[in-house]
Amino acid sequence: MTIQSADIYKIAAHHRFQWEKAQDCYVILFPEGMVKLNGGAGEVLNLINGESTIMIITESLTKKFPDTPSLEKDIVGMIELALEKAWIEKVN
Amino acid sequence: MADQNNGVSSATTTTQPLWLLAEITYRCPLHCAFCYNPTDYDKHTQNELDTQSWISVLNQARELGAAQLGISGGEPLLRDDIEIIVEEAHQLGYYSNLITSGVGLTDKRIDAFKKGGLDHIQLSMHDITEEINNFITDTNTFKLKKKVAAMIKDRGYPMVLNVVIHRYNIDHIKEILEMAEALGADYVELANTQYYGWSLINRNQLMPTKEQIDHAELVTNQYRDRVGNKMKIFFVVPDYYAERPKKCMNGWGEVFMIVTANGDVLPCHSARVIPNLEFPNVKDDPIKGAWYDSPAFNKFRGDDWMKEPCRSCPEKENDLGGCRCQAFLLTGDAESADPVCTLSPNRHVIEKAVIDAQNPELQAQPIIFRTDKNSKRINEGEENDRLAGFHSVP
Repeated sequence: MTIQSADIYKIAAHHRFQWEKAQDCYVILFPEGMVKLNGGAGEVLNLINGESTIMIITESLTKKFPDTPSLEKDIVGMIELALEKAWIEKVN
Repeated sequence: MADQNNGVSSATTTTQPLWLLAEITYRCPLHCAFCYNPTDYDKHTQNELDTQSWISVLNQARELGAAQLGISGGEPLLRDDIEIIVEEAHQLGYYSNLITSGVGLTDKRIDAFKKGGLDHIQLSMHDITEEINNFITDTNTFKLKKKVAAMIKDRGYPMVLNVVIHRYNIDHIKEILEMAEALGADYVELANTQYYGWSLINRNQLMPTKEQIDHAELVTNQYRDRVGNKMKIFFVVPDYYAERPKKCMNGWGEVFMIVTANGDVLPCHSARVIPNLEFPNVKDDPIKGAWYDSPAFNKFRGDDWMKEPCRSCPEKENDLGGCRCQAFLLTGDAESADPVCTLSPNRHVIEKAVIDAQNPELQAQPIIFRTDKNSKRINEGEENDRLAGFHSVP
């Protein structure tokens, strides 16, 4: 699936995304499973809210991490992974 | 807390419990022949923790890092405070799962669970036939389970069906998966019987052949290819036919913590079969101390405890020597390699078990169903002949 800049995604049904203080990271929780997300992946999924387009998310992260090379590619890669794992669903 | 120990050797650990299993009662209206609960559970049905104690357990474990919560038993719905526990779990941020036979799930209760924030419900199913469902559970619950499955779906829960696989249903895998798909299951766990508790004393009556397992796995893989992500199918491989043991609980005291009906804190369901280990109890000890500092939780962390051939085995990180409870139950030595491993000097006990399970005379012995009466009889030594091959009461 090609990710387009106008695409909007949300956290998939039956999944929960939350910050875990004890683990000091974001996690995805779902039936029988829990995945700890590394810093970058957590930052991307934190902006997946069923409203923001990929373009808005990319702009927002570019402002936050201006010195990161190939940021856009990383974001698309993360979205692709999350789709493949069925952690997120396309809204539009 | 100790320095980072890389899981090698230390009196304490830097790991955190991620999964809390609340075995909230050992009472159960079903009498499943394969139940993994301890056969002596009758000793533990008194002194169940009260609601306030469970709320304290949830708070303490969450503080330590637990995020997945299983509310299990026995049949948890026999307690009338599950609604309160579900609500507390949700407020604390757990992803909560009610693990149930479905008996006692009414419209009123499932609505209250939904309102309280319960995340999913795992329902046990047994077969496509009423006859085998009712036989293996020693109940008349077949129709009820289908009704409960519809209630779960109706409330918008992800439906997780758990089917324990044994000799009586293993040749029905395709039909079981078709039933699950028709019921709208999102996840199906085909859990081949592991031999602990009641399933261990009924091993000769339950264990399928290697050919049956191979066929079941093939059928499962074909079905999975067809349905894809629509219905996720897990096939839990039985270890007796494997060459290497399972990495039991992902390591002793690594990620799982179980609190039993009477408040014992355990690293796995059957840990109490190991002698001379004193497990902490939430009535006396804070959970933090139980996890990090108790001798029982530290006993099998890392690999200092290992004997040969595990100690120098290049594969030891893959399985950590397998299951400590299985090692003790079958060999009498909790520090020895899990006898499932073909490198274990005790592998012959597994091979004998496989041969015994095909022996028509042994197969013909009656199943001992999980009942209070049978648990009492076991506690009073009346089934010692049947238990003679094991090094502890399973």
